[in-house]
Amino acid sequence: MRIRTYQVGLLFLLILLWEWGSRTGRLDSFFFSQPTAILARIGAWFSGGEVYRHLYITGLETLLAFLFGTLFGVVFGLWLGLSPRAALVLDPFIKALNAIPRVTLAPLFTLWFGLGVLSKVALGVTLVFFVAFFNTYQGVREVNPLVLANARLLGASRWALLRHVYLPSAAGWIFSSLRTSVGFAVIGAVVGEYLGASAGLGYLIAQAEGVFDTTGVFAGIMVLMAFVLLLDSGVGALERQLLVWQVKGGAG
Amino acid sequence: MAMVMAKAVVKVEGLTLRFGAYTALFQVNLEVAEGEFLAVVGPTGCGKSTLLNVVSGLLSPSEGQVYTFDEEVRGPNPKVGYLFQQDAILPWKTALDNVALPLVFKGVPLGQAREEALLWLEKVGLKAFVHRFPHQLSGGQRKRVGLAQILIPNPQLLLMDEPFSALDIQTRQRMENELLRLWQAGNGGGRKTVIFITHDLEEAIALADRVVVFSAGPGSRPIGEFPIPLPRPRDVAEIRLTEGFLRIHREIWGLLRKEVEKAYED
Repeated sequence: MRIRTYQVGLLFLLILLWEWGSRTGRLDSFFFSQPTAILARIGAWFSGGEVYRHLYITGLETLLAFLFGTLFGVVFGLWLGLSPRAALVLDPFIKALNAIPRVTLAPLFTLWFGLGVLSKVALGVTLVFFVAFFNTYQGVREVNPLVLANARLLGASRWALLRHVYLPSAAGWIFSSLRTSVGFAVIGAVVGEYLGASAGLGYLIAQAEGVFDTTGVFAGIMVLMAFVLLLDSGVGALERQLLVWQVKGGAG
Repeated sequence: MAMVMAKAVVKVEGLTLRFGAYTALFQVNLEVAEGEFLAVVGPTGCGKSTLLNVVSGLLSPSEGQVYTFDEEVRGPNPKVGYLFQQDAILPWKTALDNVALPLVFKGVPLGQAREEALLWLEKVGLKAFVHRFPHQLSGGQRKRVGLAQILIPNPQLLLMDEPFSALDIQTRQRMENELLRLWQAGNGGGRKTVIFITHDLEEAIALADRVVVFSAGPGSRPIGEFPIPLPRPRDVAEIRLTEGFLRIHREIWGLLRKEVEKAYED
């Protein structure tokens, strides 16, 4: 509880400092805007209703990138985790693909999939996929060999091993990667929008930047931040539901 | 014991097992009769566990053959129940679902499997803990879950690899007594055949019909066997104080001691 007080205090202190700085001219409000103006802008966006369309688009792109990236990553990670041969063959390809800075793919995706939702989802998937893949792969490889031997002797089929041993064992890894994945899915969506789109929070920020409207840029950033925090807490709650069997150290 | 008459459930013939250049077992011959409780003792690191890993099919022999129920063991042996030294139950399943699991693997519907699992958890004294996850149970309780889990599919051959060695002495003796009780009660049919690995000679004598002593590794093999004609049912704590027990203990210890010393010298 005391920690919370400090946190809120620190937040207010920073905001006050910012507000004071921009009001007294110590911070140029052309470059740094000011908290009250940003708050007013956010308020106007929500009361005017125009922000909902952008939120919806970014939300949709994030969700799709997150779902498909995770799905492909988990399936691929299970496959390579269970067939060491395939993993050896594909290893250099995976490393090479993962070495590509994803932002550079955005122009290609825009060309291939157009200015709409699809190109952003594709960008997000390339980011999320590798996170989910590496974690699933690791999770499968680190299955306790004794638990595995035990399940085999108890008569588990290949499918049963996957369902009762490999997947639950990898679940911890997969879930810890989901928090990261959500962030990456948002990055994919927003960067894609920023580079070429007709809607979305990234587009909103790019528009504001185009007319040197720092208040609009900051307002966009704040809305995005809240959006990601909300998603993150959602995934966190899901994780706690599904991983009740894990030993938890300390209070969460 | 009429060992000559009873059918051999396990036959190990000329078994050699190497890990690279290291020979764990060398030319091992061993037979275990139906319904017999066999204890295998030997110094730590003598390859006793390796023997069980071969009988269970988790390892393949470098040379020689292993038969269980007159069939050569190839790959994971579905006829054995194997209780490992460390916990091998699934940490993401409750006690109930862990015990139900072997039946689920056999295609029994979950509800029915859970009903039967509940009966087994009662038999091992865990009725109050059915919905706990392994990390919420004590070491002894986790062993009971493991025991119920391997017993529920009713295997006729039990392999136990120092299963109680990590437990404190009181818990350990309770578990040993419960094992004997479950074993003697049988389960729709005669007693199961048991191979029980331990480095604790007292435990071996208290539990078994016969004790086989393995030599120190590398190239471990049986170097002596002793029938244990102590009456049953036994209480493992009390039987240790009897004259018969002490006499057998002295006799086997004479042989085992040399091997233990050898293991320390290397």
